[in-house]
Amino acid sequence: MDKTQNNKAWFLVLPVLVVVAFSAILPLMTVVNYSVNDTFGNNDFFWVGLEWFEEMVTSDRLHEALGRQILFSAIILAIEVPLGIYIALNMPKSGAWASLCLVLMALPLLIPFNVVGTIWQIFGRVDIGLLGHYLAELGIDYNYTNDPLDAWITVVVMDVWHWTSLIALLCYAGLQSIPNAYYQAARVDQASRWAVFRYIELPKMQGVLLIAVLLRFMDSFMIYTEPFVVTGGGPGNSTTFLSIDLVKMAVGQFDLGPAAAFSIMYFLVILLVSWVFYTVMTNLDKEEGR
Amino acid sequence: MALELQSVSRVVKGQVHIQPTTLTLEKGTMNVLLGPTLSGKTSLMRVMAGLDVPTTGRVMWHGQDVTGQRVQDRKVAMVYQQFINYPAMSVYDNIASPLRLMGKTAAEIDRAVKSTAEMLKLTPMLGRKPLELSGGQQQRCALARALVKEAGLVLLDEPLANLDYKLREELRAEIPRIFEASGAIFVYATTEPEEALLLGGNTATLWEGRVTQFGPTTQVYRQPADATTARVFSDPPMNFIDCRKVGGRISFGDALTAPAEGALAGLPDGQYRAGFRANHLHLNAHSGTALELHCSLSVTEITGSETFLHLTHGGQRWVGLVHGVHDLTPGANISVWLDPAHVYLFDPAGHLVAPAPYAEAA
Amino acid sequence: MAQITLKNLAHSYMAQPKAESDYALKEMDHVWQNGGAYALLGSSGCGKTTLLNIISGLLRPSQGRVLFGDQDVTEAETTARNIAQVFQFPVVYDTMTVRENLAFPLRNRGMDAAYIKARVGQIAAMIGMEATLDRKARGLTADAKQKISLGRGMVREDVNAILFDEPLTVIDPHMKWELRTQLKQLHREFGHTMIYVTHDQTEALTFADKVVVMYDGRVVQMGTPEELFETPAHTFVGYFIGSPGMNLLPATVQGNRAMVAGTEIALGASYAPPKGRVQIGIRPEYATLTNGAGLPFTLRRVEDVGRHRIIRGDVAGQTVNVIAPEGMPVGAELTHISFAPDRIGVYADDWRVTGGAV
Repeated sequence: MDKTQNNKAWFLVLPVLVVVAFSAILPLMTVVNYSVNDTFGNNDFFWVGLEWFEEMVTSDRLHEALGRQILFSAIILAIEVPLGIYIALNMPKSGAWASLCLVLMALPLLIPFNVVGTIWQIFGRVDIGLLGHYLAELGIDYNYTNDPLDAWITVVVMDVWHWTSLIALLCYAGLQSIPNAYYQAARVDQASRWAVFRYIELPKMQGVLLIAVLLRFMDSFMIYTEPFVVTGGGPGNSTTFLSIDLVKMAVGQFDLGPAAAFSIMYFLVILLVSWVFYTVMTNLDKEEGR
Repeated sequence: MALELQSVSRVVKGQVHIQPTTLTLEKGTMNVLLGPTLSGKTSLMRVMAGLDVPTTGRVMWHGQDVTGQRVQDRKVAMVYQQFINYPAMSVYDNIASPLRLMGKTAAEIDRAVKSTAEMLKLTPMLGRKPLELSGGQQQRCALARALVKEAGLVLLDEPLANLDYKLREELRAEIPRIFEASGAIFVYATTEPEEALLLGGNTATLWEGRVTQFGPTTQVYRQPADATTARVFSDPPMNFIDCRKVGGRISFGDALTAPAEGALAGLPDGQYRAGFRANHLHLNAHSGTALELHCSLSVTEITGSETFLHLTHGGQRWVGLVHGVHDLTPGANISVWLDPAHVYLFDPAGHLVAPAPYAEAA
Repeated sequence: MAQITLKNLAHSYMAQPKAESDYALKEMDHVWQNGGAYALLGSSGCGKTTLLNIISGLLRPSQGRVLFGDQDVTEAETTARNIAQVFQFPVVYDTMTVRENLAFPLRNRGMDAAYIKARVGQIAAMIGMEATLDRKARGLTADAKQKISLGRGMVREDVNAILFDEPLTVIDPHMKWELRTQLKQLHREFGHTMIYVTHDQTEALTFADKVVVMYDGRVVQMGTPEELFETPAHTFVGYFIGSPGMNLLPATVQGNRAMVAGTEIALGASYAPPKGRVQIGIRPEYATLTNGAGLPFTLRRVEDVGRHRIIRGDVAGQTVNVIAPEGMPVGAELTHISFAPDRIGVYADDWRVTGGAV
C-alpha cells in the first residue's frame, strides 16, 4: 500500500523535474561544455580538458577578486546582522506604529537593484548629489570615483541600506513568536536585559537568523548590479567583485572558456560555503538538544 | 457492520507508535481510548480515520478493506482538543460547510443544521462568529460540524481537555446523549479514568502503544487483566504491596497475614503483588476481616467532603481516599485498614491471578 | 515573606469605567496571611487572572492599594516585588542545562556559588530531577519542563509570595498527584505564602488552606475546603464546588419547614421567612433514594464512576443528582428522595440565609 502511494507522489513531482531540467540543468551543462573546450565561434569546439580550470586556479586576478569578495561579504554580514537584530529588538510590538515600521522597513527591499545603484550613484556625487555635496561642504574629501576607500564605503553603506531590513524583518517575525510568559518569567527571575536577549530572544531567533545569514551571504557573494552601476568596479579594480570580473571576462573580453570554468568554481564555492555553514549551524542545534 | 483493526501497527522512524493491535468496534457503540500522553491514543485514531497508513495490518470498515483509502473518501468525522472552526464563517455556515461539500440541497442543509444546532444548544448563536463564543460553545460548534455529516465513525481526541472544569462536566454529561442520538461509532480519547467511567460504553486502555485490555468500561475498571491496566485505569493511582502465599495464608510482611480464600486458595505458593484502589483504604476497622496496615503520613489533602491521604508503606507510595475531613498531622505514623475483598492479586509478571472478590460480586 | 493586603482594590480594562459591569474586578478588601496557601478558584473570565496579575505587578489596578507587609507595592515593578511565578505552560530557558535553569534566579541576584550549588541540589531532589541536572532543557518532555518551572519558582527562599497560574494544565493525571504532593510538602517545609490560580476544584481544594471562590469579578466566598463544601455562601459556590454540584430546588420556607412542590420537608434550623427568590440547596452526597419517604423522584440515568454512582433524575421538573456508594443496587422500588435535614441550606436571591435554633 505504501508503495502505490509513493509512485503516485513521484508522478506528481514529474512536471517540476522537467521544468528544473530545462531551466537549470541544461544551461549548466552548456557551461560545463564551454569550460572544457576552446571555441572560436561557429560552434567549433576543441577539447582542452582542465586547462581553463588550471588557468583560473592560478590566476592572480581571480585571487584578488575572491579576496575582495570575501572581505565584502564579511563586512556587510558583520554590520547587517547585529544592526538588523538591534532594529528588530527596538521595533514596536503592536499597534499602528508597528505597521508603519513594517512598511518603512519593507520599502528598500522593493526597489530594483539597478535603481538602488543609480540612487546612490547620484546621491554620492560631489557636483549634484546631496551626500557628496554636503560632505564636501563639511570639508571632508569624499570622492568614490577616485578614492578606493571612499568607493568601498559607498558600496558597503549602500548594501547595508538596501538589505538590513531583510534581517530586521526576519528577526522581528522570530521575536513575535515568543509567548509573553517568557518575558514575565524573566522579570520575575530578575534577568538582565542582556540575559533576556541571550537566553530567550536569541535562541528563539536562531532558526530565522540562520536563514537570514545564509540568504545575505549568498546574495552578497554574488553581488553585481549595484557596484557595477555605482563604481563600475573601480577605481582601478578596487571594487571589482567576482561577478563583475566574470562579466568582464565573458562579455568584455569574450573569453568564454575561462569564464565558464570560473562560473563553475564560483558556483561550487558558494555551494560549499553554504553547505558548511548550514551543517555547522544545524549540528550546533542538535548538540544542544541532546 | 463495524470498524475492525486487524494486527494494525505503526512504526515511524524506528519508533513504535502502535504495537500490533486487533480491535473490533461495533456499530452504535461508544469506545473510550484511555491512557496517558504519548500512549498511542492519537496515533491509533489517525489510523482509524485514514490520516495515517498502518505499517502492518489492515483496517476493515463494514467488512471492506479500507487500509489505503484516503480520509476524504471515508465517512469519518474528527474533533480535536483545540477548538477548530472556520473563524470567518458564522456558526451556521461552519456547521453547514461539510454538507455543502457533499452537494446537498439548501433545504436539506437547513434542516440538518437546525436540528444539530438544537441538539448542541447552539440555536441562539447560529448567526455569530466562532471567536465571539466561549470555549465551550466553540467546541460545541466543532462537535456539531462533526455530527452533521452523519459520519459512521466519529473520532473525538480529548475534546474537553481545553475547557474549564465545570464546562467539561456539563458537556461530558451531554456526550452520551448526543452519541445515542447519532447511532455512529464513537471513539473518544482521554487521559482521565473518571471521564471513561462517566462516558460508559467500552474502554480500551493503552500503555506505551499497546492496548492492554478492551471491554465494557466497568468490567475493565473492576476486572483489569493486568497491573498496567489497573494502573492506567485508577485515579488516584492504584496502590501496590508485595505479598507471599505460604500454605493457606497470604503474608504482607510485618507479620500481617490473611487467609487465602476463594480464588486464592488454589494458587501455588510464591511471590505476588497485591493492588488496591485509594477509596478502599479506611481509617477504621470497617469490617471484621480488615487488615491493619502501619503507614507514615506525608501529606493530607482535603476536598471538602473527603480527604486524600498520601502515605508511605515500606518504601511504597500510596494514596488513600477517605470520607469526611480528617486533619491529621503530616509526618505521623497512622494505621489504615484494608478489606482483603478489595485486593487484586497479580503475579510477578503483572498478570492478574485473582480479581478482587467484591468486583466479581458487582 | 509577607502578608498581602488588598485595599479597596478594583480594576477595569476600560479607561473611563462608569457602571459596575465595566469592572473586571469589583471592589474588594482582603488580607492574606503570611505563609498561607491560597487558591483562587473560578471559571474563565471571572477575574482571577486579573487579580493575580495585579499581585505580581504585571498590571496596575484602576483603584486601591496592594500591600506586602507594611510596604505599599501598588506602583512597584514586578522585579521590585520579590515574588516568584509559575505559568500555565512551561517556561524554561532552552539553551541552558536544567542546573543553570534552576540557578538562574539566584545568579541574577548575585548569590554566592556554594550556596547556589547546595540550594539547586536540594530543589532538584525535591522535583526528582537530580539525574538530568546536566542535560539541556530543550528536548525534555512537557512534564519535565513544567517541573523545572516549578523548581525555579521554589528556588529562592526569601520571596514574598509564590504565584501559580494553572501550573498543572499540561500535566498527565498521574503526574498531577505527585506534583501536588510535592507542592504541599514544599509549602509545609518553607512556609512561603502561595497563591494558586485554577478552574479545577480538585486542585484548588486539595492545595489550599483557604480557597477564594471568584464569580463575575467578585470574591463570593473565602473559606476552608470544608466550609465551601458544607456551607456554601452563594449558590455559585454550591454549583462550582462538588462534582456534581449542589442540587437547588425552589421552595417556600417557614420556621424549620420547607415546602417543595407541595411536599413538606424538615430543615435543620429555623428561619424567619426569607425575602426574594427562595431555594433550598442540598449536596448529592446528602441525598438518599427511598421507597416512599420524601419527595417523588424520577430516575433518568445511573453513572458508575467506580468508587461511587451518580444517579441523575428529576424532582418536580428540576434536575437532582444523588451520589450512592459503590455496589449499592439501584432498583425500581426507589421512587422517592429524602435529604438529611441538617445538611440543607436555604438561599434567598442566591445568598445563603443563616438559620437559628430549631
